[in-house]
Amino acid sequence: MNFLLTHKHEVAMLTGEHLWLVGISMLLAVAAGVPLGILLARKPKLKTIILGSTNIIQTVPSLALFGLLLPLPWLGARADRLAIFALALYALLPVVRNTYVGITGISAPVREAAVAMGLTSGQLLWQVELPLASPVILAGIRVATVITIGVATIAAAIGAGGLGEFIFRGIAMVDNGVILAGAIPAALMALLADFMLGGIEKLLARRQY
Amino acid sequence: MNDNFHSAIEFRGVEYRLPTGKVLLSRLDLRVRRGETLMLLGRSGSGKTTCLKLINRLLAQSAGDVLVENRSSLEWDPIRLRRGIGYAIQDVGLFPHYTVWDNVALVPRLEKWDPRRIADRVEEVLKLVGLPGSDFAERYPNELSGGQRQRVGLARALAAEPPILLMDEPFGALDPITRAEIQVEFKKLQEKLGKTVVFVTHDVGEALMLGDRIALMEAGQMRKIHTPEEFLHSTDELAQEYVKVYRTAGELIRN
Repeated sequence: MNFLLTHKHEVAMLTGEHLWLVGISMLLAVAAGVPLGILLARKPKLKTIILGSTNIIQTVPSLALFGLLLPLPWLGARADRLAIFALALYALLPVVRNTYVGITGISAPVREAAVAMGLTSGQLLWQVELPLASPVILAGIRVATVITIGVATIAAAIGAGGLGEFIFRGIAMVDNGVILAGAIPAALMALLADFMLGGIEKLLARRQY
Repeated sequence: MNDNFHSAIEFRGVEYRLPTGKVLLSRLDLRVRRGETLMLLGRSGSGKTTCLKLINRLLAQSAGDVLVENRSSLEWDPIRLRRGIGYAIQDVGLFPHYTVWDNVALVPRLEKWDPRRIADRVEEVLKLVGLPGSDFAERYPNELSGGQRQRVGLARALAAEPPILLMDEPFGALDPITRAEIQVEFKKLQEKLGKTVVFVTHDVGEALMLGDRIALMEAGQMRKIHTPEEFLHSTDELAQEYVKVYRTAGELIRN
């Protein structure tokens, strides 16, 4: 506990780095995952390929994934770049799967009526599918964010910074105080993200059956 | 020629097959006159709903032609075609995240009507289906009863003043009293509006009450078309069977 207080500035800096790693990778995961989920809902034949490959990524141990990506040309050049890419890959599965489930879960009569009223496929997407699927999509983003905050601590192993710095340092020094200086802020961050995203999710779900 | 001029919808030798090869409709010919209410009566699986969905291109026929306003449904831009055809189904399919007002305003908005005109029209059409605007407009579908939802569905179908209305057992899921009420109101409404209506039902009573003509379907084919009066005295076996069931039910009640 003492360490946490005496190193306030370093804690704040690493927390900032951690937030940045998680924030950017989640942006990427959502930017890629939601369209992939929509594509999946439109072309179910792709289900095995897309869900299968995102599933496989999830099964690769995170430390190994960081290591495996290291030799890649542009990506391996900077540790934070590599870490963000790997974290985004990890976050992809919950986002893609929930987007798919959210859209395909819309009741058949609602969809049929929408098409019969003459909505174009773009209008169907923006006016019906995305609004109705949004609580489910957000639930996926929430799960992904919480996972990413945890996994991002491992990014320190390849020198990408973040709260993992303290954890790895603490392990090397056999000093629980230092480990906790990384673990406690990371845990708080995860709880806070979970709480906030959960709040938005409830707000979105309120208007629906 | 004259008769042709009056048909709003025409089926010419229409066949509909599933990708698996199963034939759902075969050699179907049918003319729906402008302004009439045509009932498609038949058992489950006779092809009534398939027929209906061919008219607004929710399905596309495998062979033959479906003419809407003298133009093949395949030549129509499907979006334009659908915006000119009202559609009401048993499960209603209101948008749960839209208020009643927004649900009813849907097609006029898509058609980019002037906002004032939309507001007037929504109010008018809600009154038409027996839901005075101020009480219901701001509610969400999950705050309505089944009968009210069906009325909103009807209002949505009528909102953009389509000349054609397709209805697929719209009152089938309602309790008998509400159903009878809505049926009577719909009949009055239809007398006033004079739309071309194609109405799917498996209820003979409903067909006799609401239809100008009743098209009897069986196993993907058009069996016979009667007026309600003709239907009651038909020599067609299936029609006789329906009439018998209808009369038996009536007698059971009386005794």
